Amino acid sequence: MSTLIASDQRVSQAIGDFHGGIYPPENKDQSMQLPIGELPVPPVLVFPLNQHMGAPAMPIVALGDTVLRGQKIAEAVGGFSAAIHASSSGTITAIEDRTLPHASGMSGTCIEITTDGQHKAIAFTPCEDYRQHSAQALIQKIRDAGITGLGGAGFPTAIKLQPQAQFAIDTLILNGTECEPYITADHSLMRYHAEEVIEGALLLSYILGEPKNIILGVEDNKPDAIEALSSVLEQRDDADNIRIITFPTKYPSGGEKQLIQLITGKEVPSGTIPASLGIVMQNVGTAVVAHRTITKGEPLTSRITTFVGNALNTQRNMYTLLGTPIHFALEHLGLAEKDFSLEAGNKLIMGGPMMGFALKSTEVPVVKSTNCVIAPSKQELPPQPEAQECIRCGMCAEVCPASLLPQQLYWYAKAEDHERAQSHNLFDCIECGACSFVCPSNIPLVQYYRASKGAIKQIEQEKVKSDHARQRFEFRKERMEKAEADKAAKREARKQAAAKAKKIQAEKKAALEKNPTTEVKATSDQTAEVATAVDPVAAAMARVKAQQNDPVAQQAKLERAVSGAKDRVTKLTEKLHAEPSKKQKSKLEEHKDRTASQLKQAEIRLQDAEKALAEHADKNPPVTMTPTHSSATTGSEKAETANDAAGSAIERAKANAAAMATMSPKEKLQKSITSLEQRLAKAQARFADAEKENNDNVDAFRTGAEKLEQKLATAKEALEKELN
Amino acid sequence: MIELITQHPILSALIALGSLALIFGGILGFAAVQFKVEGDPIVEALDALLPQTQCGQCGHPGCKPYAEGIAKGEPINKCPPGGQSTIDNIAELLGVEAPSLDEEHGEEADVKTVAYIREDECIGCTKCIQACPVDAILGAAKQMHTVIVDECTGCDLCVEPCPVDCIDMLPVEQTLQEWKWTAPNKMSNLIATDRAPLISNSDSAPSSASDEENAA
Repeated sequence: MSTLIASDQRVSQAIGDFHGGIYPPENKDQSMQLPIGELPVPPVLVFPLNQHMGAPAMPIVALGDTVLRGQKIAEAVGGFSAAIHASSSGTITAIEDRTLPHASGMSGTCIEITTDGQHKAIAFTPCEDYRQHSAQALIQKIRDAGITGLGGAGFPTAIKLQPQAQFAIDTLILNGTECEPYITADHSLMRYHAEEVIEGALLLSYILGEPKNIILGVEDNKPDAIEALSSVLEQRDDADNIRIITFPTKYPSGGEKQLIQLITGKEVPSGTIPASLGIVMQNVGTAVVAHRTITKGEPLTSRITTFVGNALNTQRNMYTLLGTPIHFALEHLGLAEKDFSLEAGNKLIMGGPMMGFALKSTEVPVVKSTNCVIAPSKQELPPQPEAQECIRCGMCAEVCPASLLPQQLYWYAKAEDHERAQSHNLFDCIECGACSFVCPSNIPLVQYYRASKGAIKQIEQEKVKSDHARQRFEFRKERMEKAEADKAAKREARKQAAAKAKKIQAEKKAALEKNPTTEVKATSDQTAEVATAVDPVAAAMARVKAQQNDPVAQQAKLERAVSGAKDRVTKLTEKLHAEPSKKQKSKLEEHKDRTASQLKQAEIRLQDAEKALAEHADKNPPVTMTPTHSSATTGSEKAETANDAAGSAIERAKANAAAMATMSPKEKLQKSITSLEQRLAKAQARFADAEKENNDNVDAFRTGAEKLEQKLATAKEALEKELN
Repeated sequence: MIELITQHPILSALIALGSLALIFGGILGFAAVQFKVEGDPIVEALDALLPQTQCGQCGHPGCKPYAEGIAKGEPINKCPPGGQSTIDNIAELLGVEAPSLDEEHGEEADVKTVAYIREDECIGCTKCIQACPVDAILGAAKQMHTVIVDECTGCDLCVEPCPVDCIDMLPVEQTLQEWKWTAPNKMSNLIATDRAPLISNSDSAPSSASDEENAA
């Protein structure tokens, strides 16, 4: 290998290094003995809607639909999501909750395709020269193809290829490190598809606006891959700015921030992304898939997955269709242990042994980020010895690649002291597991950190929710208080008006008794009073006019106004005529004046109201009521109009009631029976519970249930009668 | 005048101190008006710690009134939805010892719940709408009501007023996004001899180590 590096200047050693790191047994040879194999099309394919970071995709197929290979079956929801495509032809046989390939072992919505074995594909539209297209168009194609990072985290690739404008990208790094033990998917890809890796690098470089440096970072435990890549580079003349940088094998050099530190010597600041240093990093597999998508038009439907572990007869890398259930792959490769099952204590790990997770079911499928499936024998992966107390040896701090203090974090995580944990940069932990690996007390440190991170995130979410609830509660309180205040203000206004009227009355009386000459003043007061009274009427009329878009209610209102005005006019006329019979001569004149002015007001009001009604009727011809334009001095006429309005309303109500009654008695009865049945069931359940608990109210529950039974029986009888 | 002051040092001291007092008094008076703190800051801080379910189990019509109550010296252990963690936080804020939850006001629930209206049984009486402290129930008179799940705090104040008993408190289902790792079992048996599994494992431990070496 040393000769290789010497012979080619394209390959150089990394200049930087990162803190810590560990040297776990590599276990990579088992799966590299054979070239990449191909898994056949399984009878069923399962596609979880949430196999990437971000929002779950939305299915765009229905049960029973026939789909072809490459057909989109689920659409990305929003920007931070990824589409899903069928990886073979067949029929959609289920869209339902299935166990997910996720550390939680929870279920989520999956689309199941029963394959027809023909593996027919839709017509792809290849692209001869992607340089004819704009970077934006290519990114859209990558988004449509549902490409996510194939390295493990499943970050939607299109987003990573569109760094924010303030970051000038000068370096593209393709991550071919694959530092975790056992996994060789990227290794085999670089060895057997070196040409495509380089093509992919050039494509991504074009999309990112030709950054100055294109670097392939490869660990020095893959000499064959380095050789393959460098020989491709040598043959090409368009790849002058691509360099291969190698570095000694150490875990976790494949971590994004660690690899940047290795290659550039720069450390990505806490809380920022590599783009802030002008760097974009992609997995080599992602680059190859992006290239295939652009040139051949094929979406992401298959990937290379390492199947490894002593429980398997054949350990090798396989081209695997996305959605292939794990058990199908295991059966195809052959299980050395005949009684291999998760129930019997065997473990099945998706991802690497350091950062992967144990599967809870063999039914789960291979998804976009499944780079490795480990089926270890029981000797290969013995159960973790029980954790003991921390002996404060400090080895964890020595190996931490993020230069954290794992021991401190452990104390804080254990004590649930989230504030201190955060101030010790808990969120910079990349959960690589180096600390747990070296811990002589076998403390599952990473699990503590993950739990602590989860708890902090949950608290933050709850805080947001409770703030929202507080806002709503306070708004409601404000609203209620305002309504209450409005009510109180109205009450107060009414009270004051009444008091004022009383006072005026009293004053007048007193004035009259004292001196009849003050009469004039009193009358003027009175007119002023009347004038103020006109204003609300005018306002009401204005409101009435403004609200004319609701014809029926409006007409009713106007009718009411007309009849009210008429009523008042009648009363006042009567009063005016009756006045002379009054004994007190001195009072007579004043009263007459007052009544006359009131009558005048009332007449004006009546005219206004009638005019409004007329206008309303003109505007809304279908409403039949027409107002009378007579001087309207008789009470009987007013009563008639009022009766008409009320009568029609009553008629309508009656008709409605009759319609309701005759609608469908059978249905009604059935409804009541079902509801009675439900209630009976509930009552019986309650009764049973009460009996069990020896409740004091057992008798009450029993009678309740019996009554319901009787009711149900009568209802059933009624229904039978109805049916007969 | 100057002569008088120079000849009577006591007088000059009095004048100097008096004028200083006037100046500082003025500054303090200005500051009191300018930087006046609206409301009681401790109430705000307490309110921020309470869970905002507005359930009224503490006997107050909401979390803020209870925060005001605590500020006036009420016991801090009356909040079942907040549970022990809220009590601990309040105790830390107030610098007092954390009591355990007063069970008189209810027990701490292990699972979060939200209200669910069995819609075909709802008669549209609006009683639950009036009871909801966060306006999380939607509906109108004689119309079916429903709960806006995202807004529901799970206070269960709507269950009691329902005349047809059609409101259930259902546990919130955990979604994949909300899932979090659980902490490993805390080591409860600290004495070595209490750890039965460890002693039985001691035979297999060396063999597993050698396996790992073989693998390497």
